[in-house]
Amino acid sequence: MDTAVFDLSPDEWTAVHLSLRIALTATAFSLPIGLLAAYALARWRFPGKVLLDGIIHLPLVLPPVVTGYILLVLLGRRGMLGAFLADHLGIVFSFRWTGAALACGVMGFPLMVRPIRLSIESIDRRLEDAAGTLGANGPWIFALVTLPLAVPGLVVGSILCFAKALGEFGATITFVSNIPGETQTISAAIYTYTQVPGGDASAWRLTAVAIVIALGALVASELVQRKASRRLAQFE
Amino acid sequence: MIHFNAAITLGAFQLDAAFEGDAGVVALFGRSGAGKSVTIALIAGLLRPDRGAIAVDGRVLVDTEKRIFVPKHMRQIGVVYQDARLFPHLTVRQNLLFGRWFAGKAEQAVDFTAVVETLGIGHLLSRRPGRLSGGERQRVAIGRALLSSPRLLLMDEPLAALDDERKREVLSLIERLRDAFKVPIVYVSHAVDEVARLAARVVVMDGGRVVAVGPVDEVFGPSQVHAGEVRFGRSSVLTGRIAGMRAGYGLTEIEHPSGAIWLAGPAGPVGREVRVVVRATDVTLATRKPQDISVRTILTGTVGEIEKDDGPLVAVTVDLKDHGHLVAMTTRMAADELALKPGDPVFALIKTVALDERSITS
Repeated sequence: MDTAVFDLSPDEWTAVHLSLRIALTATAFSLPIGLLAAYALARWRFPGKVLLDGIIHLPLVLPPVVTGYILLVLLGRRGMLGAFLADHLGIVFSFRWTGAALACGVMGFPLMVRPIRLSIESIDRRLEDAAGTLGANGPWIFALVTLPLAVPGLVVGSILCFAKALGEFGATITFVSNIPGETQTISAAIYTYTQVPGGDASAWRLTAVAIVIALGALVASELVQRKASRRLAQFE
Repeated sequence: MIHFNAAITLGAFQLDAAFEGDAGVVALFGRSGAGKSVTIALIAGLLRPDRGAIAVDGRVLVDTEKRIFVPKHMRQIGVVYQDARLFPHLTVRQNLLFGRWFAGKAEQAVDFTAVVETLGIGHLLSRRPGRLSGGERQRVAIGRALLSSPRLLLMDEPLAALDDERKREVLSLIERLRDAFKVPIVYVSHAVDEVARLAARVVVMDGGRVVAVGPVDEVFGPSQVHAGEVRFGRSSVLTGRIAGMRAGYGLTEIEHPSGAIWLAGPAGPVGREVRVVVRATDVTLATRKPQDISVRTILTGTVGEIEKDDGPLVAVTVDLKDHGHLVAMTTRMAADELALKPGDPVFALIKTVALDERSITS
């Protein structure tokens, strides 16, 4: 590959760096909540389960701009929740990179929950019974049996969420705008460069970076899945 | 050791059973659907009975009247399942130590090295369950349950998924464990030979109820107990004492009140009491003592019950001296031509080639 392609300008580097930070933050915060949601959907029976399932999947089917607008209304500086968080806890999302991470996390959430849920559903409950008769209580069974066996789903879910967060555009730009150095991710930067004369070279370089990162995530996901299925296949 | 009296309804199936077991091996015997596995699940705490009480080793695990229900992880009961159920993400060593870790230092009555050696799994310790054969998995599963230092070991058809060779191998291991580690065992099976070999006491279940309880030779003697069994599944158990070896021929003579039982191969030290499992298809009947015949074992007795229907086969129970029974499968034609009827004296012939050390249980 032509090395000149990766000869990024400081502004472009900032966008790449910011994108990675936002995507990693979004994934890291989504993971525990996603695990809880996936476990609840896979194992628990409760009223409103169908509704919860629907709400989790909503960002997948809604226009991203709509999701972004809802976030803006709720969590913007003068939003219902946003005003409260800013006044009492000092947490501000609007026009900050943390807001971009939140938007990306929300958009990536359904992609994260689904593989974890499938992974938990495929665990042989009788293994958990076996752990129980060997002396493990509920939390220990979860930590020593359920969680390790759900690792393939956790990894795949994280990678999908990360990839989605990296490419998120509509919800992010609606919620936190397109501020270079604060909320301008790779996608937003490419969009910006395509709108100005002479920006094609920059857009092209960032496009190449995006392709490399996306391919890397896909390959990693495939490798993890294959390794996990091979290990479990040996065990009938 | 175990006191069981419980009832549960699961869909269309109803279990209402009561039995007691002492030290050693108690067998739960019956065909599939008889309620054996439900009984095991109730003892292990995987199911909650609608009504009843279960106590092990003097400790009440369930009592619906007193509202006692000890959760499964606090019962100290080891379970060996038909399909091993090893943790696929852990190595054999980690699997073995799983229950041991939860048992705590004070309860670790069973020695790790001794179990690993007895089961012959030392070379497997660093492997994962996915790379084990069926027999190896089952041995690890037994070790895992044993190392949790249980007060009672439940074995739910532990041999059912194995081929004959592995079955024999694991069976003799269980026999050794029973003698070496002194853990009381409840052993679930629908195979007469396994039960006769391992258990001192049998609980026969059918349709969710206990239909017979008692020592192995009594329960498997009277024919009505397993009237529904297929012909190859029918066996009798005879108790005798090893009288000696015919060294030059490699035969063992077992003393029985009704005559000498000959067995191919060694069976243990002289004077030892043994139980011999005899398949009903290996028994021939004669109304006069045969002469010039290759069969070595000829027992005298009287005809007991004759189970006869329109089918080609008949099961004849021979009452032996000293309360023993022997079931013989024969054709209806033969039974009619010999005019067998209850009370008639009869000779039961057992081919020695059908018996060897695998037929022996001590």
